[in-house]
Amino acid sequence: MDKKHYFEPEDLKKFGNIGEWQKPMADKFFDYYGEVFKEGALTEREKALIALAVAHTVQCPYCIDAYTSGCLEKGADEEQMMEAVHVAAAIRAGSSLVYSTQMMNHAKGIVM
Amino acid sequence: MGIHQKTKSLTSRHSALADTFFQLKVLNGNALTDKHFPLFSKKIKEAGFSDGVLKPTRIEIFQLNIGKLCNQTCAHCHVDAGPDKKEENMGRESLEKCLEILAAHDIMTVDITGGAPEMNPHFRWFVVECRKLGKKVMVRCNLTIIVSNKKFHDLPVFFAEHQVEVVSSLPHYSAHRTDAQRGDGVFDDSIKAMQMLNAVGYGKENSDLKLNLVYNPTGTFLPGNQASLESEFKRQLKRKFDIDFNSLYAITNMPISRFLDYMLENGQYETYMQTLLDAFNPSAVAGVMCRNTISVGWDGYLYDCDFNQMLDLKVTSKGTHINDFDLSALESRDIVLNQHCYGCTAGAGSSCGGQVA
Repeated sequence: MDKKHYFEPEDLKKFGNIGEWQKPMADKFFDYYGEVFKEGALTEREKALIALAVAHTVQCPYCIDAYTSGCLEKGADEEQMMEAVHVAAAIRAGSSLVYSTQMMNHAKGIVM
Repeated sequence: MGIHQKTKSLTSRHSALADTFFQLKVLNGNALTDKHFPLFSKKIKEAGFSDGVLKPTRIEIFQLNIGKLCNQTCAHCHVDAGPDKKEENMGRESLEKCLEILAAHDIMTVDITGGAPEMNPHFRWFVVECRKLGKKVMVRCNLTIIVSNKKFHDLPVFFAEHQVEVVSSLPHYSAHRTDAQRGDGVFDDSIKAMQMLNAVGYGKENSDLKLNLVYNPTGTFLPGNQASLESEFKRQLKRKFDIDFNSLYAITNMPISRFLDYMLENGQYETYMQTLLDAFNPSAVAGVMCRNTISVGWDGYLYDCDFNQMLDLKVTSKGTHINDFDLSALESRDIVLNQHCYGCTAGAGSSCGGQVA
Protein backbone atom coordinates (compact mmCIF):
# COMPACT_ATOMS: atom_id res chain seq x y z
CA MET A 1 0.00 0.00 0.00
CA ASP A 2 1.62 3.19 -1.23
CA LYS A 3 0.35 5.73 1.30
CA LYS A 4 2.21 9.02 1.52
CA HIS A 5 -0.22 11.25 3.41
CA TYR A 6 -2.64 10.93 6.29
CA PHE A 7 -5.30 12.56 4.09
CA GLU A 8 -5.87 11.19 0.58
CA PRO A 9 -8.63 12.85 -1.50
CA GLU A 10 -9.54 9.44 -2.91
CA ASP A 11 -10.42 8.22 0.59
CA LEU A 12 -13.55 10.42 0.64
CA LYS A 13 -15.11 8.08 -1.93
CA LYS A 14 -14.50 5.18 0.46
CA PHE A 15 -16.58 6.75 3.24
CA GLY A 16 -19.49 4.44 2.43
CA ASN A 17 -17.24 1.43 3.05
CA ILE A 18 -17.24 1.96 6.83
CA GLY A 19 -20.25 -0.37 6.81
CA GLU A 20 -17.98 -3.28 5.88
CA TRP A 21 -16.85 -3.56 9.50
CA GLN A 22 -20.00 -2.43 11.31
CA LYS A 23 -23.03 -2.36 9.06
CA PRO A 24 -25.99 -1.62 11.37
CA MET A 25 -24.30 1.43 12.88
CA ALA A 26 -23.10 2.68 9.48
CA ASP A 27 -26.60 2.26 8.03
CA LYS A 28 -28.12 4.21 10.90
CA PHE A 29 -25.51 6.94 10.55
CA PHE A 30 -25.98 7.33 6.76
CA ASP A 31 -29.78 7.31 7.09
CA TYR A 32 -29.54 10.01 9.73
CA TYR A 33 -27.01 11.98 7.68
CA GLY A 34 -29.26 11.85 4.63
CA GLU A 35 -32.27 12.95 6.65
CA VAL A 36 -30.39 15.88 8.20
CA PHE A 37 -29.38 17.33 4.83
CA LYS A 38 -32.84 17.10 3.21
CA GLU A 39 -34.71 20.34 2.56
CA GLY A 40 -36.69 21.15 5.71
CA ALA A 41 -37.20 24.31 7.75
CA LEU A 42 -33.76 25.17 6.37
CA THR A 43 -33.05 24.88 2.64
CA GLU A 44 -30.47 22.43 1.30
CA ARG A 45 -28.32 25.45 0.42
CA GLU A 46 -28.46 26.86 3.97
CA LYS A 47 -27.55 23.46 5.40
CA ALA A 48 -24.62 23.14 2.98
CA LEU A 49 -23.34 26.59 4.02
CA ILE A 50 -23.58 25.64 7.71
CA ALA A 51 -21.78 22.37 6.94
CA LEU A 52 -19.04 24.28 5.12
CA ALA A 53 -18.53 26.58 8.12
CA VAL A 54 -18.45 23.65 10.55
CA ALA A 55 -16.05 21.79 8.24
CA HIS A 56 -13.60 24.67 8.65
CA THR A 57 -14.03 24.64 12.40
CA VAL A 58 -13.39 20.92 12.73
CA GLN A 59 -10.71 21.29 10.01
CA CYS A 60 -11.87 18.25 8.08
CA PRO A 61 -10.32 18.36 4.59
CA TYR A 62 -12.81 15.81 3.25
CA CYS A 63 -15.75 17.86 4.51
CA ILE A 64 -14.27 21.07 3.07
CA ASP A 65 -13.98 19.50 -0.41
CA ALA A 66 -17.42 17.90 -0.16
CA TYR A 67 -19.24 21.04 1.02
CA THR A 68 -17.39 23.42 -1.30
CA SER A 69 -18.80 21.37 -4.18
CA GLY A 70 -22.10 20.96 -2.32
CA CYS A 71 -22.53 24.72 -1.78
CA LEU A 72 -21.78 25.46 -5.45
CA GLU A 73 -24.15 22.72 -6.61
CA LYS A 74 -26.92 24.14 -4.47
CA GLY A 75 -26.46 27.60 -5.96
CA ALA A 76 -24.35 29.42 -3.38
CA ASP A 77 -21.64 31.75 -4.67
CA GLU A 78 -18.12 32.52 -3.45
CA GLU A 79 -19.18 35.53 -1.40
CA GLN A 80 -21.76 33.54 0.56
CA MET A 81 -19.30 30.70 1.11
CA MET A 82 -16.57 33.01 2.38
CA GLU A 83 -19.06 34.75 4.69
CA ALA A 84 -20.01 31.34 6.10
CA VAL A 85 -16.34 30.62 6.85
CA HIS A 86 -16.02 34.02 8.50
CA VAL A 87 -18.93 33.11 10.76
CA ALA A 88 -17.00 30.00 11.83
CA ALA A 89 -13.81 32.04 12.25
CA ALA A 90 -15.60 34.75 14.26
CA ILE A 91 -17.06 32.17 16.65
CA ARG A 92 -13.62 30.58 17.03
CA ALA A 93 -12.01 33.96 17.73
CA GLY A 94 -14.83 34.96 20.05
CA SER A 95 -14.68 31.70 21.95
CA SER A 96 -11.01 32.40 22.75
CA LEU A 97 -11.52 36.07 23.48
CA VAL A 98 -14.47 35.52 25.79
CA TYR A 99 -12.13 33.57 28.11
CA SER A 100 -10.21 36.81 28.56
CA THR A 101 -12.91 37.79 31.05
CA GLN A 102 -11.59 34.95 33.21
CA MET A 103 -8.06 36.30 32.73
CA MET A 104 -9.24 39.78 33.66
CA ASN A 105 -11.13 38.50 36.74
CA HIS A 106 -8.15 36.55 37.93
CA ALA A 107 -5.68 39.36 37.24
CA LYS A 108 -7.87 41.88 39.04
CA GLY A 109 -7.88 39.58 42.07
CA ILE A 110 -4.10 39.44 42.35
CA VAL A 111 -2.83 42.82 41.25
CA MET A 112 -2.72 46.00 43.30
CA MET B 1 -22.69 48.28 -21.56
CA GLY B 2 -20.77 45.90 -23.79
CA ILE B 3 -19.26 42.49 -23.28
CA HIS B 4 -15.65 41.57 -22.75
CA GLN B 5 -15.40 38.08 -24.28
CA LYS B 6 -14.25 35.27 -22.04
CA THR B 7 -12.52 33.26 -24.74
CA LYS B 8 -12.30 32.69 -28.50
CA SER B 9 -13.94 29.94 -30.52
CA LEU B 10 -12.02 26.67 -30.86
CA THR B 11 -12.01 27.24 -34.61
CA SER B 12 -10.37 30.66 -34.39
CA ARG B 13 -7.83 29.27 -31.92
CA HIS B 14 -7.07 26.41 -34.37
CA SER B 15 -7.64 24.00 -31.49
CA ALA B 16 -7.47 20.28 -32.25
CA LEU B 17 -10.88 20.05 -30.53
CA ALA B 18 -12.47 22.07 -33.36
CA ASP B 19 -12.40 18.67 -35.13
CA THR B 20 -15.41 16.76 -33.79
CA PHE B 21 -13.76 13.42 -34.56
CA PHE B 22 -10.92 14.42 -32.25
CA GLN B 23 -13.43 15.24 -29.48
CA LEU B 24 -14.90 11.75 -29.84
CA LYS B 25 -11.41 10.26 -29.61
CA VAL B 26 -10.86 12.10 -26.31
CA LEU B 27 -14.25 10.97 -24.96
CA ASN B 28 -13.33 7.38 -25.78
CA GLY B 29 -9.88 7.54 -24.22
CA ASN B 30 -8.00 7.51 -27.51
CA ALA B 31 -6.48 11.01 -27.49
CA LEU B 32 -5.04 13.30 -24.81
CA THR B 33 -6.13 10.79 -22.16
CA ASP B 34 -6.07 7.01 -21.97
CA LYS B 35 -8.87 6.90 -19.43
CA HIS B 36 -11.65 4.60 -20.59
CA PHE B 37 -15.03 4.93 -18.93
CA PRO B 38 -17.67 2.17 -19.26
CA LEU B 39 -19.54 2.49 -22.54
CA PHE B 40 -22.77 4.46 -22.15
CA SER B 41 -24.67 1.88 -24.23
CA LYS B 42 -23.47 -0.86 -21.88
CA LYS B 43 -24.55 1.20 -18.89
CA ILE B 44 -28.10 1.66 -20.19
CA LYS B 45 -28.28 -2.03 -21.05
CA GLU B 46 -27.59 -2.75 -17.38
CA ALA B 47 -30.36 -0.27 -16.58
CA GLY B 48 -32.82 -2.38 -18.57
CA PHE B 49 -32.72 -0.84 -22.06
CA SER B 50 -32.48 -3.95 -24.19
CA ASP B 51 -29.27 -4.36 -26.14
CA GLY B 52 -28.12 -0.92 -25.01
CA VAL B 53 -30.39 0.71 -27.60
CA LEU B 54 -32.45 3.83 -27.04
CA LYS B 55 -35.50 4.45 -29.24
CA PRO B 56 -37.57 7.61 -29.70
CA THR B 57 -40.99 7.85 -28.12
CA ARG B 58 -42.59 10.28 -30.58
CA ILE B 59 -41.16 13.43 -32.20
CA GLU B 60 -42.89 16.36 -30.51
CA ILE B 61 -40.17 19.03 -30.71
CA PHE B 62 -38.53 20.32 -33.87
CA GLN B 63 -35.37 22.00 -32.64
CA LEU B 64 -33.50 24.14 -35.14
CA ASN B 65 -30.03 25.43 -34.61
CA ILE B 66 -30.23 28.28 -37.11
CA GLY B 67 -26.64 29.36 -36.76
CA LYS B 68 -23.48 29.57 -34.76
CA LEU B 69 -23.19 33.35 -34.98
CA CYS B 70 -23.38 34.88 -31.49
CA ASN B 71 -22.52 38.14 -29.75
CA GLN B 72 -21.05 36.13 -26.85
CA THR B 73 -18.23 33.57 -26.59
CA CYS B 74 -19.10 31.71 -23.39
CA ALA B 75 -16.41 29.55 -21.84
CA HIS B 76 -18.60 26.42 -21.77
CA CYS B 77 -20.42 26.75 -25.12
CA HIS B 78 -21.17 23.36 -26.66
CA VAL B 79 -21.85 24.99 -30.04
CA ASP B 80 -18.46 26.75 -30.21
CA ALA B 81 -20.50 29.80 -31.20
CA GLY B 82 -19.17 33.33 -31.41
CA PRO B 83 -18.94 36.56 -33.39
CA ASP B 84 -16.52 34.91 -35.84
CA LYS B 85 -19.04 32.26 -36.98
CA LYS B 86 -20.38 34.11 -40.01
CA GLU B 87 -20.69 31.13 -42.39
CA GLU B 88 -22.46 28.39 -40.43
CA ASN B 89 -25.93 29.95 -40.44
CA MET B 90 -29.17 28.61 -41.93
CA GLY B 91 -30.29 30.16 -45.21
CA ARG B 92 -33.78 31.06 -46.36
CA GLU B 93 -34.15 28.00 -48.58
CA SER B 94 -33.52 25.57 -45.70
CA LEU B 95 -35.88 27.50 -43.44
CA GLU B 96 -38.59 27.27 -46.12
CA LYS B 97 -38.02 23.52 -46.29
CA CYS B 98 -38.42 23.34 -42.49
CA LEU B 99 -41.74 25.20 -42.78
CA GLU B 100 -42.90 22.64 -45.37
CA ILE B 101 -42.03 19.83 -42.97
CA LEU B 102 -43.79 21.56 -40.07
CA ALA B 103 -46.89 22.19 -42.19
CA ALA B 104 -47.04 18.55 -43.21
CA HIS B 105 -46.52 16.97 -39.79
CA ASP B 106 -48.14 17.05 -36.42
CA ILE B 107 -45.05 18.31 -34.59
CA MET B 108 -46.38 21.10 -32.40
CA THR B 109 -43.29 22.73 -30.86
CA VAL B 110 -40.58 24.64 -32.71
CA ASP B 111 -37.53 25.30 -30.54
CA ILE B 112 -35.16 27.83 -32.15
CA THR B 113 -31.60 28.00 -30.92
CA GLY B 114 -28.12 29.05 -32.00
CA GLY B 115 -25.71 30.96 -31.46
CA ALA B 116 -27.89 33.95 -30.98
CA PRO B 117 -30.73 32.92 -33.32
CA GLU B 118 -31.96 36.52 -33.53
CA MET B 119 -28.79 37.38 -35.50
CA ASN B 120 -29.94 35.22 -38.41
CA PRO B 121 -31.46 37.71 -40.91
CA HIS B 122 -34.44 35.38 -41.54
CA PHE B 123 -35.25 34.87 -37.87
CA ARG B 124 -38.30 37.14 -37.50
CA TRP B 125 -39.87 36.01 -40.75
CA PHE B 126 -39.42 32.38 -39.73
CA VAL B 127 -41.03 32.93 -36.31
CA VAL B 128 -44.05 34.62 -37.91
CA GLU B 129 -44.46 31.76 -40.42
CA CYS B 130 -44.25 29.11 -37.67
CA ARG B 131 -46.94 30.95 -35.70
CA LYS B 132 -49.15 31.09 -38.81
CA LEU B 133 -48.94 27.29 -38.85
CA GLY B 134 -50.23 27.31 -35.27
CA LYS B 135 -46.99 25.98 -33.79
CA LYS B 136 -45.74 26.79 -30.32
CA VAL B 137 -42.47 28.71 -30.78
CA MET B 138 -39.67 28.76 -28.24
CA VAL B 139 -36.58 30.91 -28.66
CA ARG B 140 -33.36 30.27 -26.77
CA CYS B 141 -32.40 33.90 -26.28
CA ASN B 142 -29.09 34.76 -24.63
CA LEU B 143 -30.68 38.00 -23.26
CA THR B 144 -27.71 40.28 -24.03
CA ILE B 145 -28.57 40.28 -27.74
CA ILE B 146 -31.61 42.41 -26.86
CA VAL B 147 -29.44 45.29 -25.59
CA SER B 148 -26.45 44.67 -27.88
CA ASN B 149 -27.67 46.85 -30.74
CA LYS B 150 -30.58 49.23 -31.37
CA LYS B 151 -32.00 46.93 -34.03
CA PHE B 152 -32.64 44.29 -31.37
CA HIS B 153 -34.17 46.57 -28.71
CA ASP B 154 -37.69 45.76 -29.91
CA LEU B 155 -37.25 41.98 -29.60
CA PRO B 156 -39.31 41.78 -26.38
CA VAL B 157 -42.22 43.47 -28.19
CA PHE B 158 -41.78 41.19 -31.21
CA PHE B 159 -41.71 38.09 -28.97
CA ALA B 160 -44.83 39.26 -27.14
CA GLU B 161 -46.75 40.05 -30.34
CA HIS B 162 -46.14 36.52 -31.59
CA GLN B 163 -46.57 34.75 -28.24
CA VAL B 164 -43.04 33.34 -28.36
CA GLU B 165 -41.83 31.49 -25.27
CA VAL B 166 -38.45 32.90 -24.23
CA VAL B 167 -35.88 30.53 -22.70
CA SER B 168 -32.78 32.31 -21.49
CA SER B 169 -29.48 31.33 -19.94
CA LEU B 170 -28.62 32.86 -16.62
CA PRO B 171 -26.13 30.65 -14.81
CA HIS B 172 -26.29 32.65 -11.60
CA TYR B 173 -27.96 35.56 -9.82
CA SER B 174 -24.46 36.68 -8.89
CA ALA B 175 -22.67 38.90 -11.44
CA HIS B 176 -19.32 37.33 -10.67
CA ARG B 177 -20.50 33.74 -11.30
CA THR B 178 -22.35 34.68 -14.50
CA ASP B 179 -19.56 36.81 -15.98
CA ALA B 180 -16.93 34.18 -15.18
CA GLN B 181 -18.70 31.86 -17.62
CA ARG B 182 -20.28 34.19 -20.17
CA GLY B 183 -18.02 37.26 -20.33
CA ASP B 184 -17.57 40.44 -18.32
CA GLY B 185 -20.62 42.66 -18.61
CA VAL B 186 -23.00 39.83 -19.53
CA PHE B 187 -24.75 39.87 -16.17
CA ASP B 188 -25.59 43.61 -16.25
CA ASP B 189 -26.87 43.37 -19.83
CA SER B 190 -28.88 40.24 -18.97
CA ILE B 191 -30.56 42.08 -16.09
CA LYS B 192 -31.51 44.98 -18.37
CA ALA B 193 -32.89 42.56 -20.96
CA MET B 194 -34.97 40.68 -18.38
CA GLN B 195 -36.38 43.97 -17.12
CA MET B 196 -37.35 44.83 -20.71
CA LEU B 197 -39.03 41.42 -21.07
CA ASN B 198 -40.86 41.92 -17.77
CA ALA B 199 -41.99 45.37 -18.94
CA VAL B 200 -43.96 43.85 -21.84
CA GLY B 201 -45.47 41.16 -19.60
CA TYR B 202 -42.96 38.30 -19.74
CA GLY B 203 -42.63 36.23 -16.57
CA LYS B 204 -45.42 38.11 -14.82
CA GLU B 205 -48.15 36.48 -12.80
CA ASN B 206 -51.39 36.01 -14.78
CA SER B 207 -49.55 36.59 -18.07
CA ASP B 208 -49.41 34.02 -20.88
CA LEU B 209 -45.95 35.25 -21.88
CA LYS B 210 -43.43 32.78 -20.51
CA LEU B 211 -39.88 33.67 -19.55
CA ASN B 212 -37.98 30.58 -18.41
CA LEU B 213 -34.39 30.67 -17.27
CA VAL B 214 -31.69 28.07 -17.80
CA TYR B 215 -29.26 27.42 -14.97
CA ASN B 216 -26.08 25.51 -15.63
CA PRO B 217 -23.20 25.07 -13.21
CA THR B 218 -20.38 27.55 -13.61
CA GLY B 219 -17.72 24.86 -13.25
CA THR B 220 -17.14 21.13 -13.05
CA PHE B 221 -19.91 20.26 -10.65
CA LEU B 222 -23.48 19.01 -11.07
CA PRO B 223 -26.59 21.15 -10.80
CA GLY B 224 -28.39 20.95 -7.47
CA ASN B 225 -32.10 20.45 -6.91
CA GLN B 226 -33.98 22.35 -9.62
CA ALA B 227 -36.91 23.43 -7.44
CA SER B 228 -34.61 24.71 -4.73
CA LEU B 229 -32.47 26.64 -7.24
CA GLU B 230 -35.60 28.09 -8.83
CA SER B 231 -36.92 29.42 -5.53
CA GLU B 232 -33.55 30.98 -4.67
CA PHE B 233 -33.21 32.58 -8.14
CA LYS B 234 -36.75 33.97 -7.81
CA ARG B 235 -36.05 35.38 -4.37
CA GLN B 236 -32.72 36.95 -5.28
CA LEU B 237 -33.72 38.37 -8.69
CA LYS B 238 -36.89 39.88 -7.19
CA ARG B 239 -35.06 41.30 -4.18
CA LYS B 240 -32.12 42.76 -6.08
CA PHE B 241 -33.62 43.75 -9.46
CA ASP B 242 -37.42 43.39 -9.21
CA ILE B 243 -37.28 40.70 -11.91
CA ASP B 244 -39.91 37.98 -12.36
CA PHE B 245 -39.67 34.77 -14.37
CA ASN B 246 -41.64 31.53 -14.67
CA SER B 247 -39.49 28.41 -14.36
CA LEU B 248 -35.83 27.59 -13.95
CA TYR B 249 -34.41 24.69 -15.95
CA ALA B 250 -31.31 23.13 -14.41
CA ILE B 251 -29.04 21.74 -17.12
CA THR B 252 -25.83 19.74 -16.72
CA ASN B 253 -22.72 20.86 -18.62
CA MET B 254 -21.92 18.40 -21.39
CA PRO B 255 -18.32 17.23 -21.71
CA ILE B 256 -17.93 18.44 -25.30
CA SER B 257 -16.62 21.40 -27.27
CA ARG B 258 -15.45 24.42 -25.24
CA PHE B 259 -16.39 22.86 -21.88
CA LEU B 260 -14.30 19.82 -22.80
CA ASP B 261 -11.46 22.17 -23.76
CA TYR B 262 -11.80 24.05 -20.44
CA MET B 263 -11.66 20.78 -18.47
CA LEU B 264 -8.67 19.42 -20.37
CA GLU B 265 -6.82 22.72 -19.84
CA ASN B 266 -7.56 22.61 -16.11
CA GLY B 267 -6.95 18.91 -15.53
CA GLN B 268 -10.61 18.37 -14.61
CA TYR B 269 -11.78 16.12 -17.43
CA GLU B 270 -11.37 12.70 -15.82
CA THR B 271 -12.77 13.85 -12.46
CA TYR B 272 -15.84 15.38 -14.13
CA MET B 273 -16.52 12.28 -16.26
CA GLN B 274 -16.24 10.17 -13.11
CA THR B 275 -18.69 12.55 -11.38
CA LEU B 276 -21.18 12.06 -14.24
CA LEU B 277 -20.69 8.31 -14.13
CA ASP B 278 -21.03 8.06 -10.33
CA ALA B 279 -24.27 10.07 -10.58
CA PHE B 280 -25.70 7.88 -13.40
CA ASN B 281 -29.41 7.61 -12.73
CA PRO B 282 -31.19 4.77 -14.55
CA SER B 283 -34.56 6.47 -14.05
CA ALA B 284 -33.34 9.55 -15.95
CA VAL B 285 -32.73 7.55 -19.14
CA ALA B 286 -36.38 7.26 -20.14
CA GLY B 287 -36.88 11.04 -20.07
CA VAL B 288 -33.91 12.23 -22.12
CA MET B 289 -34.78 14.76 -24.81
CA CYS B 290 -33.48 12.79 -27.81
CA ARG B 291 -36.55 10.56 -27.41
CA ASN B 292 -39.05 13.31 -28.35
CA THR B 293 -36.91 15.82 -30.25
CA ILE B 294 -35.33 16.05 -33.66
CA SER B 295 -32.48 18.50 -34.02
CA VAL B 296 -31.82 20.31 -37.30
CA GLY B 297 -28.42 21.79 -38.11
CA TRP B 298 -27.78 25.05 -39.98
CA ASP B 299 -27.02 23.02 -43.13
CA GLY B 300 -30.24 20.99 -42.90
CA TYR B 301 -28.81 17.74 -41.53
CA LEU B 302 -30.75 15.92 -38.83
CA TYR B 303 -29.48 14.86 -35.42
CA ASP B 304 -30.83 13.21 -32.26
CA CYS B 305 -30.04 16.31 -30.17
CA ASP B 306 -28.08 19.57 -30.24
CA PHE B 307 -25.09 17.82 -28.62
CA ASN B 308 -24.94 15.07 -31.25
CA GLN B 309 -25.23 17.86 -33.80
CA MET B 310 -22.14 19.57 -32.38
CA LEU B 311 -20.26 16.25 -32.51
CA ASP B 312 -21.46 15.75 -36.10
CA LEU B 313 -23.20 12.49 -35.18
CA LYS B 314 -26.06 12.44 -37.70
CA VAL B 315 -29.20 10.34 -37.29
CA THR B 316 -28.78 6.76 -38.43
CA SER B 317 -32.17 6.37 -40.11
CA LYS B 318 -33.07 6.75 -43.76
CA GLY B 319 -33.30 10.47 -44.56
CA THR B 320 -30.55 12.28 -42.73
CA HIS B 321 -31.39 15.69 -44.24
CA ILE B 322 -34.47 17.95 -44.26
CA ASN B 323 -34.72 17.35 -48.03
CA ASP B 324 -35.37 13.64 -47.32
CA PHE B 325 -37.41 14.08 -44.12
CA ASP B 326 -39.15 10.82 -43.21
CA LEU B 327 -40.97 11.01 -39.89
CA SER B 328 -41.83 7.33 -39.55
CA ALA B 329 -38.23 6.31 -40.29
CA LEU B 330 -37.00 8.83 -37.74
CA GLU B 331 -39.44 7.61 -35.11
CA SER B 332 -38.19 4.05 -35.43
CA ARG B 333 -34.47 4.87 -35.53
CA ASP B 334 -31.83 3.88 -33.00
CA ILE B 335 -30.58 7.00 -31.23
CA VAL B 336 -26.83 7.55 -31.63
CA LEU B 337 -25.15 7.19 -28.25
CA ASN B 338 -21.66 8.06 -27.11
CA GLN B 339 -19.81 8.86 -23.89
CA HIS B 340 -21.08 12.46 -23.65
CA CYS B 341 -24.59 11.02 -23.08
CA TYR B 342 -23.61 10.54 -19.41
CA GLY B 343 -24.24 14.30 -19.13
CA CYS B 344 -28.00 13.81 -19.66
CA THR B 345 -28.41 10.92 -17.21
CA ALA B 346 -26.49 12.25 -14.19
CA GLY B 347 -28.39 13.04 -11.00
CA ALA B 348 -31.89 14.24 -11.77
CA GLY B 349 -31.09 14.06 -15.50
CA SER B 350 -30.81 16.92 -17.92
CA SER B 351 -32.52 18.15 -21.07
CA CYS B 352 -33.25 21.42 -22.83
CA GLY B 353 -36.29 21.57 -20.53
CA GLY B 354 -34.28 20.97 -17.36
CA GLN B 355 -34.21 17.93 -15.11
CA VAL B 356 -36.05 14.82 -16.25
CA ALA B 357 -36.23 12.46 -13.26
